[in-house]
Amino acid sequence: MAENIRVLMAKVGLDGHDRGVRVVARCLRDAGLDVVYTGLHRTPEEVVDAAVQEDVDVLGVSLLSGAHMTAFPRIMKRLKERGVSDIILLGGGVIPDEDVVALKKMGVAEILLQDTPPNVIVDTVRRLVRERGAR
Amino acid sequence: MRVPSRDLLPRVLKGEIAAIARLLSRAEAADPECRDTLGEVYSRAGKAHVIGITGVPGSGKSTMVSVLAAHLRKAGHKIGIIAIDPSSPYSGGSIMGDRIRMSDLAGDEGVFIRSMATRGALGGMARATLDAVDILDVAGFDYILIETVGVGQDEVEIASASHTTLVVSAPGLGDEIQAIKAGILEIADIHVVSKSDRPDARSTISDLKQMLALGVSLESNAAWRPPVIATSSLKREGFDELVSALEKHKTFLAGSEAGRARSRKIAQFRMLKTAEDLLRIRFTERSAGRVAAIADRLASREIDPYAAGEKLIEGMGA
Ligand code: B12
Ligand SMILES: Nc1nc2c(ncn2[C@@H]2O[C@H](COP(=O)(O)OP(=O)(O)O)[C@@H](O)[C@H]2O)c(=O)[nH]1
Ligand SMILES: [Mg+2]
Repeated sequence: MAENIRVLMAKVGLDGHDRGVRVVARCLRDAGLDVVYTGLHRTPEEVVDAAVQEDVDVLGVSLLSGAHMTAFPRIMKRLKERGVSDIILLGGGVIPDEDVVALKKMGVAEILLQDTPPNVIVDTVRRLVRERGAR
Repeated sequence: MRVPSRDLLPRVLKGEIAAIARLLSRAEAADPECRDTLGEVYSRAGKAHVIGITGVPGSGKSTMVSVLAAHLRKAGHKIGIIAIDPSSPYSGGSIMGDRIRMSDLAGDEGVFIRSMATRGALGGMARATLDAVDILDVAGFDYILIETVGVGQDEVEIASASHTTLVVSAPGLGDEIQAIKAGILEIADIHVVSKSDRPDARSTISDLKQMLALGVSLESNAAWRPPVIATSSLKREGFDELVSALEKHKTFLAGSEAGRARSRKIAQFRMLKTAEDLLRIRFTERSAGRVAAIADRLASREIDPYAAGEKLIEGMGA
């Protein structure tokens, strides 16, 4: 109750795979976190704008379509334009290992792939928020 | 790097999105540090027209809020939206999906949408809903739309939090008007029958009108008679009528005794809710160490439940 971590879970572009994003939303809720879900087919810019209004700690983006190397840079660009530096960007879905390395270098805090157990997802979110500190 | 709430305020007054969003979070967390700032916010607020929207889950509230906001935008008004969803009673967490239905509003700087979880509060609203209304008010939003959870019975509170209350009934959710079942028909300033594109909407409208006709005969001298408006968010029909009914109700309240009564009702509700919160916090703090011992005496039937209750609140000044 006192924790109050807010997470926005998003899907961007044409990617219609929404099982993973729903699984993640549910496991965060069951751990006591507040989750905003924006639905399918949003633009990277829209989900950033929503994340700013919702003042979330974490923006979680689920991508299984292979569009991650264009979507994440657009998201980071928008975050910068909005002057927001304390929203933690988290990724997941189907993403090749070499792209994971590249995306983390660009500033995505963490990327969790297929078959990540719920407790690892929850622990990762809590750890990243703790490391960022109060704001 | 924590910005003090009092430093957020000037930025909120300028309408800066990130600052509004952050102050909303502080209010929601009931952070004692923001209390003075919220006091300042309250004293400056009071310009916005607050519209409450209630109706059972699935009746089309979120979709309607989106279309209604777009209509009000056309007239140049800035719109704040507070969409409330239930927290899980088990984990305290929530999944808030109202934004899914509001995607058409994305990219419009004149619309601010915030999702709030109830966190155990009853009445279909979150504890900090009215603080959020004030914050959006001073940030320059002209209309503030509150979408309640919509579970029934105790949702009458929205009528004590808004200037105009819309009660949404939808066809296809059972043959009875849901608001009648829930006993919230009486709080409506405007009745909306949503999904009028569905063929079964006709009977929902006539059922509702019939019900209202029965009520009117009892209260035939009431100065405001709640109209019934049919809308289809899907086809975007009925919203000119809805906006004009809203404007009419707003005009009805402006400068009238009814309007002053409404403001008093809202203030009184706010005061009672706040006092309740304060009492609960004090009670929890001060009773914490004594609960187990008194419960033991109650369990052994040494004292009765009323005596135990009295004992627990002893010296709490309440
Ligand atoms: C089920 C499925 C479908 C279903 C989707 C149903 C639905 N509503 O979701 C259907 C049949 C509709 C479908 C369609 C297609 N699919 Co498909 N689909 C799959 C499949 C088999 C499983 C995906 C799934 O649901 N997994 C279960 C969930 C729970 O796992 P997950 O999403 O990975 O999520 C976990 C983690 O990744 C992580 N996670 C996910 N997101 C996030 C986000 C955050 C923030 C965090 C922290 C963690 C996290 O947590 C979850 C739990 O561990 C995958 C193969 C695979 N191995 O992934 C292909 C796959 C994703 N599909 C693929 C393709 C190509 C398609 C189609 C284009 C096929 C076609 N030609 O029609 C269409 C596209 C549809 C569209 N509009 O996007 C490819 C994508 C290739 C690529 N990336 O380059 C895959 C990888 C199959 C393959 N090997 O080729 N698909
Ligand atoms: N046919 C029809 N369906 C609608 C209309 N408005 C909403 N819906 C559908 O009703 C369902 C619930 O809508 P939502 O806005 O989420 O309702 P809420 O739970 O009251 O907020 C969704 O499947 C919508 O697509 C409408 O005007 N016509
Ligand atoms: Mg809704």
